[in-house]
Amino acid sequence: MTFSPSDATMTLGDPGRAAAPPPRAPIVRPLKIVIAGGFAAGKTTFVDAISEITPLTTEAPMTQYSVGLDNAGEVRTKTTTTVAMDFGRLTLSPSAMLYLFGTPGQDRFWFMWDELSKGAVGAVVLVDTRRLSDCFGAIDYFERRSMPYVIALNEFDGRLAHDPDDVREALAISSAIPVMSVDARERVDTKNVLIELVKLAIERRRHRVV
Amino acid sequence: MSSTRFVRQFALTGGRARSLGADLDLDAIVVRQPGEWPASRLGPEATTIIQLLDGPLSVAEVSAHLGVHLGIARVLVSDLAAGGHIAVWTAEGGANGPDLVTLERLLDDLQSL
Repeated sequence: MTFSPSDATMTLGDPGRAAAPPPRAPIVRPLKIVIAGGFAAGKTTFVDAISEITPLTTEAPMTQYSVGLDNAGEVRTKTTTTVAMDFGRLTLSPSAMLYLFGTPGQDRFWFMWDELSKGAVGAVVLVDTRRLSDCFGAIDYFERRSMPYVIALNEFDGRLAHDPDDVREALAISSAIPVMSVDARERVDTKNVLIELVKLAIERRRHRVV
Repeated sequence: MSSTRFVRQFALTGGRARSLGADLDLDAIVVRQPGEWPASRLGPEATTIIQLLDGPLSVAEVSAHLGVHLGIARVLVSDLAAGGHIAVWTAEGGANGPDLVTLERLLDDLQSL
């Protein structure tokens, strides 16, 4: 056991008199929002637009099992790859920090989504309208878990390839889910998307029967 | 990440890929406990973490700043918490997500950005 200032206080404490409490680290609670989307949909740009730190990258190793057939019959192969996630931070108050985690959009990274989604406020699905199908997996994932999410159509070069209403129809998204056009580089756009998401999360929370 | 680097990272934690307690969330917040800490008894990585903690940081940030993957950062952080050097705060509401009061406060904070 290593030295801790609180140990001395506890052993010397007089049971009849309350000892002065030792100084403790302040309580700081995290909140997190998942930023999902296909490859190069602008996830890191989106995070960077509002983060108070330059987005950081953390890596997690993952083991994949794949089953195949060869001449000897069924074979299982195991490979280890690394998933990298970019994330940013926003200090909301001395006791609350918001983290935005950008997740790889590929299906094989679902395990990472489970961890990220656990306890999250909700998700932003960032869509490159030129590659609409890239976001199908993310939408299915959040729908299945009844997780609050909003769709943000990233306007590349200031031009939007599709109208938000057309995209809603193409994706068969319920009218309850906000679909917004954004410039992922613009802080005000990023902020408005997060606000819409939190409003949706509040609405869902109010109507949830616990 | 090369396999050599991968193996070397596990050597930092004595081969443990899991922490003693429950796995720490990657957004769990790490705060340095006030008071003295015995630098000489801590490993170089643990000392670096303590030095990084001028302000609160998430486990993910610890991982990024140290250049080690998430699992390693979790073990190092758990060890420091067990030693009483740091406090670790996880999200209120746990897997159920934030409650209404927390969400409403978040909305206010975002709107006033």
